[in-house]
Amino acid sequence: MMETVRTQALTRRFGELVALDQLTLAVAEGEIFGLVGPDGAGKTTTMRLLTGILEPSSGEAWVDGLHAVREAEGIKDRIGYMAQRFGLYPDLTVQENIDFYADLYEVPKAGRSERLERLLAFSNLTPFRRRLAGNLSGGMKQKLGLACALIHTPRVLFLDEPTNGVDPVSRRDFWRILYQLQQERVTIFVSTAYLDEAERCNRIGLLHQGRLMACDTVEGVKGLLKGALLEVRCESPRRAAGVLRAAALGSVALFGDRIHVLAADADRGRAAVEAALQAGGIPVLGLQVIEPTLEDIFTSAIPEAAHA
Amino acid sequence: MSGALNFRRLGAVARKEFIHVLRDPRALAIAIVLPMIMLMIFGYALTMDLDRVPLAVWDQSRTPQSRELISRFEGSRYFSVGARPGSYAEVEDALARGRTMMALVVPVEFGRRVASGRKVQVQVLTDGSDANTTTLALSYADAIVRGYSQEILVEKARRLTGRPPALPLDLRFRAWFNTDMESRIFIVPGLIAVIMMLITALLTSLTVAREWETGSMEQLISTPLLGSELILGKLAPYFVIGMVDMLLSVLAGRFLFGVPIRGSLALLFGVSAIYLVGALSLGILISTKAKSQLLASQFAFVATFLPAFLLSGFMFDIGNMPTALQAVTYLIPARYFVTFLRGLYLKGTGLAQLWPECLLMVAFGTLMLGLAIRSFKKRLA
Repeated sequence: MMETVRTQALTRRFGELVALDQLTLAVAEGEIFGLVGPDGAGKTTTMRLLTGILEPSSGEAWVDGLHAVREAEGIKDRIGYMAQRFGLYPDLTVQENIDFYADLYEVPKAGRSERLERLLAFSNLTPFRRRLAGNLSGGMKQKLGLACALIHTPRVLFLDEPTNGVDPVSRRDFWRILYQLQQERVTIFVSTAYLDEAERCNRIGLLHQGRLMACDTVEGVKGLLKGALLEVRCESPRRAAGVLRAAALGSVALFGDRIHVLAADADRGRAAVEAALQAGGIPVLGLQVIEPTLEDIFTSAIPEAAHA
Repeated sequence: MSGALNFRRLGAVARKEFIHVLRDPRALAIAIVLPMIMLMIFGYALTMDLDRVPLAVWDQSRTPQSRELISRFEGSRYFSVGARPGSYAEVEDALARGRTMMALVVPVEFGRRVASGRKVQVQVLTDGSDANTTTLALSYADAIVRGYSQEILVEKARRLTGRPPALPLDLRFRAWFNTDMESRIFIVPGLIAVIMMLITALLTSLTVAREWETGSMEQLISTPLLGSELILGKLAPYFVIGMVDMLLSVLAGRFLFGVPIRGSLALLFGVSAIYLVGALSLGILISTKAKSQLLASQFAFVATFLPAFLLSGFMFDIGNMPTALQAVTYLIPARYFVTFLRGLYLKGTGLAQLWPECLLMVAFGTLMLGLAIRSFKKRLA
């Protein structure tokens, strides 16, 4: 496997706070890798360390074979980065922003306008090329950011929560673009707090409080969940969840009007749940074994975050 | 940071900065209008000439002799005779209320004693709050009184000897460079130096800090852009604005304040360009350190305006400062520009005399530019 991104015990402290703790992972060429975790998990810190704009406290990282500290400037030619905060100029037009980044990356004049047209078409920005970036909608801003990060045909793309605050339709468009890029063997390292988005990645790393909890394909990560996941439907689910937690049946999480209970064994778990709810005087409307989602993984791996 | 300066990247930054300025009418207004306003305010308000000092006269004598003395005060451009108090209480009141700055009290026996050739005292009371102005006004009053008493002596001698006596000493006075001795001509060139320092540093102090504040810097430092390209690119539009400001100031000085330029215009603008690079770089240096626009602009104001105003020799003569403070003035680049502009404007001097100032301004510009580039780091935190 050709590794495009590799980190070895990568750590960054901010004073007392350990923002990223001994991160070790590898991302293959042409992969869409998702760094998944709640706010404050260390996703942005990881992005900044890998793009060479923040120095690690300890540990090492390589991007496209170059060392993230010693060869940081070399890395910058080969990557495209979209920071979490919109980093373009609101008083420049769409085209002026793209042209600016084309010049910064020294995109050859020859073939540049074709590339620009293609990127504009690709991101549906062609009708807006003369509009000031500040007057674009949230989704269009993100697509413009992506166009600027892609103007020099980078080998690796780092996207820090690119669809944060973007409507669902624009999000789908955005991912359509990412899949097209993957066809061109661009490695994509994306961070997200949305679990449905994480499901779109080839492989994901679950990050929590600076630590990598799991790193595998989505299926592989789901397989990490030992035992059976039971979905309970009943009257007054909030009270029922309390009853089940008190019964210490394993990880219990409330999803709207449903309760997910992670039991070591499906049949015994089912019996225990029924018994506990009956004792609590709560009628059970439905009880079945279900396939876990990433959210279940998160709630079982990070109980404190789930109840927060 | 490695790699050679790339003019395409530098040009891209310069172009983008030009667009920022041109699309922000407020920034453009500050850049062009503010220096003009400052020039007007300071140019008209800051006059060190003493003109028409309000003078109250209490003539107790009311004789041809006392009227002759008073008419000499009235005829002088330095005094403007106003109130005519009739008692010491009224004199005191006029001084205390600030209605007059000076009061002339002519005693009752004045006419009689002058006519009989005896010594007589004339009293001048003054509001001494402003020591400088008082000293000046007193010396003018002294000259008038002396002139009058000298004439009385000459007249007396002529009557005794039948011909006017030759005075032993005759002062022939001529002021060079500022022949009319108008302080405006002295102030305007120095004022231009002070204003240019403030405006340019203030303008650039915002540019780098703004990118940190809005988040665009994070995007910029993830690209191959070098610190030197960023800094030089950012300097370019403000350099152009600074030169436009300089041109406007020189035009305003010439046609609004009537300050002639005796030296070479090419040298004036050439050296201004060097001074501008230093001042602009100082602003950028402040901006890279501050990372917040508010902090940067406040710091730029304190770091440029106050020293340029107080320690450059513009307001206060450096030779009269305490030695320690004099040493500090060598670190103030405005000092050299004030000296240079005054020399060029008033005396028409060129590089032959002013080369040390010019050399020091080159050194300042180089140092500031170097520090600005070095202090910019392509790293967060």
